[in-house]
Amino acid sequence: MQLATLLSQKKAAILGRWLTMIYESYPPETAIFLQKEKNRFDNPAGYRISEGLEGLYGALLQEMERDQVLTCLDEIIRIRALQNFAPSQAMAFIFLLKNVIRQELAEEIRKENLAADLLDLESRIDGLALLGFDVFTKRREKIYEIKADEAKRRISGLMRKTGLSEDGLL
Amino acid sequence: MAKTPTPAELLPGLSYKPPEKGWMDVKPDFRPGTYCNPASPKWMDWISYPYAQPRSIPDDNWGLPQDWKEIVLQGMEDRLERFRSLKVFFDICVRCGACADKCHFFLGTGDPKNMPVLRAELLRSVYRRYFKTIGRALGEIAGARDLTEDVIKEWFFYLYQCTICRRCSLFCPYGIDMAEMTLLGRELLASVGLNIDWAMASVAQCYDKGSHIGAPPQAFKDMIDFLAEENERITGITTPVSYNRKGAEVLFVMPSGDYFADPGTFTMMGYLLLFEHIGLDYTLSTYAAEGGNFGWFISHEMGKRLNAKIYAEAKRLGVKWILGGECGHMWRVCNQYMSTWWGPVDFLEKPVSPITGTRFENAAVHKMVHISEFTADLIHHGKLNLDPQRNAHIKLTFHDSCNTARGMGILEEPRYIINNVLPEGNFVEMPPNTIREKAFCCGSSSGINANENMELRMQGGFPRANAVRFVADKYGVNHLGCICALDRATLPTLLQYWVPEVEVTGITELVGNALIFPDEMERTTDLRDRDLVGFGEAEEAGEEEE
Repeated sequence: MQLATLLSQKKAAILGRWLTMIYESYPPETAIFLQKEKNRFDNPAGYRISEGLEGLYGALLQEMERDQVLTCLDEIIRIRALQNFAPSQAMAFIFLLKNVIRQELAEEIRKENLAADLLDLESRIDGLALLGFDVFTKRREKIYEIKADEAKRRISGLMRKTGLSEDGLL
Repeated sequence: MAKTPTPAELLPGLSYKPPEKGWMDVKPDFRPGTYCNPASPKWMDWISYPYAQPRSIPDDNWGLPQDWKEIVLQGMEDRLERFRSLKVFFDICVRCGACADKCHFFLGTGDPKNMPVLRAELLRSVYRRYFKTIGRALGEIAGARDLTEDVIKEWFFYLYQCTICRRCSLFCPYGIDMAEMTLLGRELLASVGLNIDWAMASVAQCYDKGSHIGAPPQAFKDMIDFLAEENERITGITTPVSYNRKGAEVLFVMPSGDYFADPGTFTMMGYLLLFEHIGLDYTLSTYAAEGGNFGWFISHEMGKRLNAKIYAEAKRLGVKWILGGECGHMWRVCNQYMSTWWGPVDFLEKPVSPITGTRFENAAVHKMVHISEFTADLIHHGKLNLDPQRNAHIKLTFHDSCNTARGMGILEEPRYIINNVLPEGNFVEMPPNTIREKAFCCGSSSGINANENMELRMQGGFPRANAVRFVADKYGVNHLGCICALDRATLPTLLQYWVPEVEVTGITELVGNALIFPDEMERTTDLRDRDLVGFGEAEEAGEEEE
């Protein structure tokens, strides 16, 4: 059996465990809430993170356009880039998938001799992480961009009055 | 040499289970981006606030006065006597947890101390220690703790991570009002010199010059005259503005965001067009040039000092009643506090619309009407000539501003206006658990719309933006409407991070777009100079054929 088939068969278990590990990076009370509340509007972080993870898992199982992969990464990273995490902590979730797969599929990998497939998959997870760094950097840059734009907007009416466009002032 | 950590080891929750710490032992992490800078002594001096000195959050020493502890405890005692509600809120909570996951800051930050029940506990624990026998006797076992500098720092951190939006109160079976506790807690902080710079700068400017942005009367007039000229350029309609005119029927007061910052300026243009359309006998005051009140975000006392000018100007100018622009917290202050502070307001009359004759009984005491109430009444009586097609390029959803909606019950009026100024099908509601009384806050209100705490603001506004994104993705919504100037200032930034395809608009801007005047120019753009859908196209097509 191929690793890809196993990943499809065990998708629910692997995704569930991956998600739980991410939730556990939050304080215990928060982790319980993120796990428990299923309404997407009452639990926006839980919803967006789980959506993003599902997309990323799909990207590992089948071909996906790079933009789509970046969108899935962004779902999660734009939340964690704001929260109380060091960059390494914010991004660690991608690598956690390796732990989950090694644990969930340990027996099958050994029995079916899928070590080579596993190495290939782990390289692709590394690739996801590298793309994740692009997304993380963009999100941090975005914060500085919106700060600057807001500062300009505060006097934008005045700037229009004096005939200066936002670009003209800069 | 230290071992390089694995990814799992980088995350404390995964690599090891830290021993369970009680909440009292977990200290706040003052990470840049999550807190507001302390107030500059300059602003505090302007308004004679105590213990002004330069402060820095990362410093261990926050420069508290020697007797800070006595001041805070005395302040708490005074407030417990003055506000019976505070004592009730402290005593009555049974920690049912109904509020816990209702705060936008908890949902965005994931920090359990942003659960309202726990945020309140920051204050309540001190109350128990010093004002309850059981707390004095049993200490931590009874949920009581000593007042230390660390506790003060924690208050500063979390009381400025509450936007006094009251969403939690809605879900509390006892109606405990976190907003009131936050406000009184902020007063205690101010009593020992701890204020935030963004709010304090606005307050000082407003106290000294008349508006949060510090515009002197000349700049105020200049700017609004410019917006009137813009109206004329776009619509061909002259909208002359009346300033400080004695004997006008109505004094119109709006937040300064409406005449200095986009997109509020377009709402201001809408006000002027509306007043011209109905021939309202109104005046603006260059002294009551600010409807907003950042003073209320610091203390009730400062809120009162800033509010004084509204009635004072209404009296000086001899108007009959006051009309208020699209502002959230202004509305709460004017409705819930103003007549208590200054009443009885016998120098004004019960507001009656001069156009429709409607008596605004709801404003009988404080004599001030909200522009949305006023406009909805005009539409209801068929007094506005409107062409909704002029807003056909706008697919709107509506953000209920906490103070107007949850605070004051203005839920239907803006929706009624929207449905009359937009083509049918162009208004889409967000999901029910995110609007009306249950609306998620913008995450930047109550004086924390500073620049240095942007990460915090983006987290606090995440639940709001998440619902906006839903209707943007599903229905192609491209505008978020609101009747609050702080929303107009902060939501564009929030959406730029989370839902960049959606713009923010005031509702009176949409009215301004839709108003038809008998002698107007042919309209081809909206008030923002954006092309209208289906207007001027025939002409363009004709030109192409030639």
